[in-house]
Amino acid sequence: MSGAPPAGNPAAATARGVALEEHLRRASTGGRKLLVPYVTGGLREDWTELLAAMVAAGADAVEVGLPFSDPMMDGPTIQEASTVALGRGTTPASVAAELRATDVGVPLVVMTYANLVLRAGTRRFASEMAAAGVRGAIVPDLPLEESAEWEADAAAEGVETVLLAAPVTPDDRLARLCARSHGFVYGVNLMGVTGERRDLAASSAVLAGRLKAHTDKPVIMGFGISAPEQAVAAAREADGVVVASALMRMALDGASPEQVGRRVAEFRAALDA
Amino acid sequence: MTSSELTGPLMAEPDATGRFGSFGGCFVPESLVPACQELEAHFRSAWADPVFRRRYEDVLRDYAGRPSPVTVCDNLSNELGVRLLLKREDLNHTGSHKINNVVGQGLLTLRMGKSRLVAETGAGQHGVATATAAALFGLECTVYMGEVDMVRQELNVFRMRLLGAEVRAVTSGSRTLKDAVNEALRDWVASVEQTHYCLGSVMGPHPFPWMVREFQRVIGEEARRQCLEILGDDPDYVVACAGGGSNAAGTFAGFVGTGAQLVGVEAAGGAALGSGGVPGVLHGMRSYLLQDEFGQVLEAESISAGLDYPGIGPEHAHLAEVGRARYFSAGDEEVLDALQLLARTEGIIPALEPAHALAWLVRAARSGEVPAGSTVLLTMSGRGDKDAEQVMRVLGGRA
Ligand SMILES: Cc1ncc(COP(=O)(O)O)c(C=O)c1O
Repeated sequence: MSGAPPAGNPAAATARGVALEEHLRRASTGGRKLLVPYVTGGLREDWTELLAAMVAAGADAVEVGLPFSDPMMDGPTIQEASTVALGRGTTPASVAAELRATDVGVPLVVMTYANLVLRAGTRRFASEMAAAGVRGAIVPDLPLEESAEWEADAAAEGVETVLLAAPVTPDDRLARLCARSHGFVYGVNLMGVTGERRDLAASSAVLAGRLKAHTDKPVIMGFGISAPEQAVAAAREADGVVVASALMRMALDGASPEQVGRRVAEFRAALDA
Repeated sequence: MTSSELTGPLMAEPDATGRFGSFGGCFVPESLVPACQELEAHFRSAWADPVFRRRYEDVLRDYAGRPSPVTVCDNLSNELGVRLLLKREDLNHTGSHKINNVVGQGLLTLRMGKSRLVAETGAGQHGVATATAAALFGLECTVYMGEVDMVRQELNVFRMRLLGAEVRAVTSGSRTLKDAVNEALRDWVASVEQTHYCLGSVMGPHPFPWMVREFQRVIGEEARRQCLEILGDDPDYVVACAGGGSNAAGTFAGFVGTGAQLVGVEAAGGAALGSGGVPGVLHGMRSYLLQDEFGQVLEAESISAGLDYPGIGPEHAHLAEVGRARYFSAGDEEVLDALQLLARTEGIIPALEPAHALAWLVRAARSGEVPAGSTVLLTMSGRGDKDAEQVMRVLGGRA
């Protein structure tokens, strides 16, 4: 799909040429909550249609996973999605090529692991992603102490580095982390890996509150958000949510782009209510 | 100028970022950063505390059976034309060098006030050692083991369960050691408040490579004294097998300041340094790693579950880079030959892992790469009991 952004998504209309953080600030004007669905790049033949359906259903940005052989921060669902995508021959270059051919109209944020970035070379990786329309990157195994080189090379290519904050991050570190995070600050709801959960962890609201006290950058919470009610609860203190495993579970089980889009629309409606 | 003048003292502390040269570091998600920092602080204070040191040494002596002897292998020495000394870690309680590390980490876990250990295991030796330490120190224990390894090391699975540990099968990825590390890390992220990750080798994020080497340095320090007594001198060669590289690091630590040539031997199918690896980041560290052109980690493949690891500890990458140690690999066939050779000439059945070190020595002695008359200290990191069944299956009627 290419051309005009889907109608009916106010976020999409403003995306072109705007940095991730600025885009998210505008989209959250008046307290509107941000919705960032996730899709594993290369998961299926029609994965960019999944992405488009998410945008049409009201995503403010989309997180695109670049599958890695050893995703240590991911639970069973995204592990499975990664294995399936890798089995289809997916590479960072193949995902970038498919993204280049797709104009979804909202910023894309890649999520991947350090080894893929370092193997390509930080600058080359950033420029390849930037050329594919990627505005932000989440690399969980490049924490504050290890991310400086990547951050600088990414920034030089117009890719903002989003850092993760965890429930155990102490206050002084949270302050440094918020200062260094760009695009938004990713609050990890719980101590654990990604994956569907029945309940939203109590640590979510606590961290969201602490993050909001430390920064005026957008704060988006993720990990374990599996149902619209959980999204609403997680976004109460924060600016928005990432929904990943719950959607990938559907995609792995064969849901069509329309079905995934309808689920994203349910999250959107709950957040807007 | 020697290499150590160029690079600072070798096998000392890593730098403030946890690096040995450009290798190591702490590439973990934010959720684990505080735990790694806390662990470093606790290890640093414990290791400087004479009371902790004495406790560690007492347990190693009275429980694990240290010091382990050094055996001069006259029969095999005659056959190879070199003077071969074995550092007998195979005689330790639980059958390998792994006990040294888990006693240290077990005591540290108590000191940190945590109540549970998680561990990864390949051959099962580290899993058995961790389960043993957990039983001794009254800790809960969960061991992650690849499904493939659970089959080839069935006996060790049973031993861990007998010791009261829970063994969880890892069904992701290659279902071997690398995936067991992923799973143990995932457990640790979710349980870090009461759980210590008892990592089994000189790998993973800082401070593990440094800490585990320190807990294993007893091998090399004892061996150096024993060599001086037996040989009146340091050996010409010091040889050890390397999966993650803990028995090699502990051995080398005793000899790095001598003139001995240090040799690490990897499995041919998992030789991150010996062939094929390039620098990368996996399991929290930057080191040499078997990977494809895009950075996907490749699956190691070896007869030895304990060496089936696509990476190697970061300090070994540094020692290789500055030229202080050299790394070679040995293939399955020559390893089986070496295992039988030692069994028949010396009455010692080695584990498959140290049989790799021996296989390299046999090759190097026969080719003259290790000149006739050289003295060689080789670390016999574990005994062959755990492998007997597997070797029986592979050799069939050939033994
Ligand atoms: C007897 C023995 N030696 C060596 C190893 C490899 O570990 P490392 O390279 O850390 O010494 C193992 C691992 O399971 C082992 O059981």
